Amino acid sequence: MKQTIHFKLNGEPVQIEAEPNLTLIQVLREKLELTGTKEGCGLGECGACTVLINGKAVNSCIFPVMETDGKNVITIEGLADVDGNLHPIQRSFVENGAVQCGFCTPGMVLSAKALLDETPKPTEEEIRNAIAGNLCRCTGYLQIIQAIKEASKKI
Amino acid sequence: MQDFINIGKRIPKMDAEDKVTGKAVYIQDLKVPGMLWGKILYSPHPHARILNMDTSAAERLPGVKAVLTGYNTPLIKFGFYKDNMPLKANKVCSYRDEVAAVAATDPDIAEEALGLIRVEYEILPAIFDPEDAMKEGALLIHEEHLGGKEKKPTNILNLPWRLVAGDVDEARKNSAHVAEDRFKLTWVNHCCMGTSGCVARFDLRNNLTIYSNTQIPALAQRDYTEALAAMGLEGKKARVIKTTIGGAFGSKLDTYAYEYIAILLAYKTRKPVKIIFTREEEFFATSPRQPAVIDIAQGCTKDGTFTFRDVRMVLDNGAYTSWGATTPSVMMMPISSLYKVPNVRYVAKCVYTNNTYSQAFRGYGNPQATFAIESQIDALAEMAGIDPLDFRMRNANTPGEVTPQHFNITTCGLRECIDVVAQKLDWRQNRGKRDGRGIGMASMIHVGGGARVYKSDGCGTIIKIDDFGTVNVITGATDMGQGADTVIAQIVAEELGVRVEDVIVTHTDTDICPWDVGAHASRTTFVAGNSARGASKKVKEQLLEVASRSLGENPENLDIRDRTIFSKLDPEKKSPLGKILRASHYTAGGRMVMAEHFYDPPNENLDREFKGNLSVTYAYGTHGVEVEVDKETGQVKILKYVAAHDVGRAINPMLLEGQVYGGAAMGIGYALTEQLILKNGKVINPDFRDYKILTAADVPNIEAVVIETDDPSGPFGAKGIGEPGLVPTAPAIANAIYDAVGVRIKELPITPEKVLAALKEKTK
Repeated sequence: MKQTIHFKLNGEPVQIEAEPNLTLIQVLREKLELTGTKEGCGLGECGACTVLINGKAVNSCIFPVMETDGKNVITIEGLADVDGNLHPIQRSFVENGAVQCGFCTPGMVLSAKALLDETPKPTEEEIRNAIAGNLCRCTGYLQIIQAIKEASKKI
Repeated sequence: MQDFINIGKRIPKMDAEDKVTGKAVYIQDLKVPGMLWGKILYSPHPHARILNMDTSAAERLPGVKAVLTGYNTPLIKFGFYKDNMPLKANKVCSYRDEVAAVAATDPDIAEEALGLIRVEYEILPAIFDPEDAMKEGALLIHEEHLGGKEKKPTNILNLPWRLVAGDVDEARKNSAHVAEDRFKLTWVNHCCMGTSGCVARFDLRNNLTIYSNTQIPALAQRDYTEALAAMGLEGKKARVIKTTIGGAFGSKLDTYAYEYIAILLAYKTRKPVKIIFTREEEFFATSPRQPAVIDIAQGCTKDGTFTFRDVRMVLDNGAYTSWGATTPSVMMMPISSLYKVPNVRYVAKCVYTNNTYSQAFRGYGNPQATFAIESQIDALAEMAGIDPLDFRMRNANTPGEVTPQHFNITTCGLRECIDVVAQKLDWRQNRGKRDGRGIGMASMIHVGGGARVYKSDGCGTIIKIDDFGTVNVITGATDMGQGADTVIAQIVAEELGVRVEDVIVTHTDTDICPWDVGAHASRTTFVAGNSARGASKKVKEQLLEVASRSLGENPENLDIRDRTIFSKLDPEKKSPLGKILRASHYTAGGRMVMAEHFYDPPNENLDREFKGNLSVTYAYGTHGVEVEVDKETGQVKILKYVAAHDVGRAINPMLLEGQVYGGAAMGIGYALTEQLILKNGKVINPDFRDYKILTAADVPNIEAVVIETDDPSGPFGAKGIGEPGLVPTAPAIANAIYDAVGVRIKELPITPEKVLAALKEKTK
């Protein structure tokens, strides 16, 4: 039986009818057609599906959609402004070569945002730990770490 | 050095903004109206005869539109050896064998339908060790496969990998020192973050369009066209459209069963069909790096000059044959031409087993061969009582050399690479202490100027310029994240005197893009770059000719800088590019500005003896590592990592460093943590919890040192760099571990368990 859920998505209130067994990523990608959130494993192991819920980075592929009721959800689509101006973290990823195939990038950017919102001037170790749940196969992470460092100087 | 405007600049990737905002469309994101979902049923046994199949219950499930098996589909043979088919009939030979497929309106329904398919098997004995499978009387994977001179049934493939130069046996007799070892390498998975998938659809005239994340659009198109012919659709067309590729690393250098299954389902249902792999499928049903058993001997004189290298290999081919079976052709490269070795012998056998079949993976056999060669060099140097640094320097390749495999070494920065690594590690100071900390190095050679694997090594480019001075580059190259589009744009912008942001690179559609053999062999910057540069030159000639009329100046006196055509004699005589173009289009008898160029490098196919100048130029590199080994736990910690590469010229240092960091990180995983574990043919760790790729917390800081040798054949001097970063990583680490604690690990990955066991063995 479908249930009604209310939450804030990228700053705007949404109301959806969904089967309670759905995960957040299924609702985001299939019902709301927000395909910026990627599914890399479906098991909560790779972090490609990372979104922010009340500011915390979570794996949306194992997050029950019912749990989002009344909460504030940010996906990658909510970061750049409507005029296409990139968030400083996104800009920094672009400028520091932190993007190759890009499949991990939305999740990586959001994990970085969760970190910088909480810890504006993180150490390298804090950066590494904050994105340790986001797997990347292309970059070897170093330019991502650099991008987050640079972004932290600009926010 | 020449002053460049766009070359050598850290220009962000052209598609980076789309990717950081989640707007890039991957195959996972693609929806086509009326689309069905395809799912595949795999074999539950590594080797079995199919006795009976009942798909009726699956067919009756509401939402199911088609159920296909090997018994109700036309026979399509595919793979390098044409020994594979999309859906297996009669017999299955591995756990990843596809036995049935379903198309349904919803992926859950398709999954449910798979559960309703009944297959009755007669389980057959299976064989998993390639050395066992080679033995006389071994059970046969493919009974009809004949081999050898007598054309007898055998599991050994008819691929005569054999390279001989000089007299190895004689050289061995005359060697002062000979090292002999056996190295073993296992399967590793590409772990592309975006799993495999495609969408196939037919139009009313039975022409196929397939959305795919292939690295080889033109060759895949040929495979699909052959499949159409096998389906009775002779003469029908196949169009390949690439979505954004979520990682490739060689995994998409071939066509696979799931693609043909999507095609068959789409044809059967007359609807678009999408297949996307789960991560579990990605681990067990895609093709990993080739495992190898390597017996190697190398010898040297008293003073540490190489006398010979003798290598025998057995490669586990798995149950079917992809291009992965040709990795020995690349293994020959380091075996014959890494350092100066006068006498060389290499023999490799690919053997059928009931394991998963392997494929190309960054380095294409080179990392396996280099692991054996470079690990053993340290052992040989020790026997000769020579510092391995001096040993390497003494034998290093040099410009002007012709190697035993007939490679013409043109530019070669190997000595510079070795030297800089030694300096960065403070080699003389830090080596040989055996105090738990150690340093090591290893070098590599790879093709850097394309590789003539096929009859052609070519790539086409079309360039046209529109009314506003926007430059459209339509290339055969494939961008799979490495940044080919950006590098091509930089090359074109440099040659044409425009800005990188004026250039739009299109590389996604076989109906539009010119031909290319694919993104392999680290060839894209070199081959597609030279192709783009050639087309730019032609377009520039046209532009200057068109401008000469409106500016009243001879073309030879004109040039272009920052989107403006100007007279070199009178700089006041100038006009913006767009204006010249508009004048050309809107004038009676006008013309458009457009040019094409096909660049096929002057390299050679290997001959019958596997000799020939495979590449126009060769890429060299050396990695150096400092490690700390915990003698209590066997844990290896990397303290310092230096990766020096002769890249010809860095067209985009930021993207180049990304290739080196990414390659080295993948190589560290190969060395220390990664292993696809097969137990009696079954992958038992098909997830990221149990298959350990490096995380951001694990990866050490890597210093990438760029050595520029300005190769005369490369676009603005550049060589390929896609694969090299991974090639020497594992032996450099193994050598550092030896220096730290005195144990030589000859099997990857070098897990703490192996280190501990070796330490125990040593103290016995």
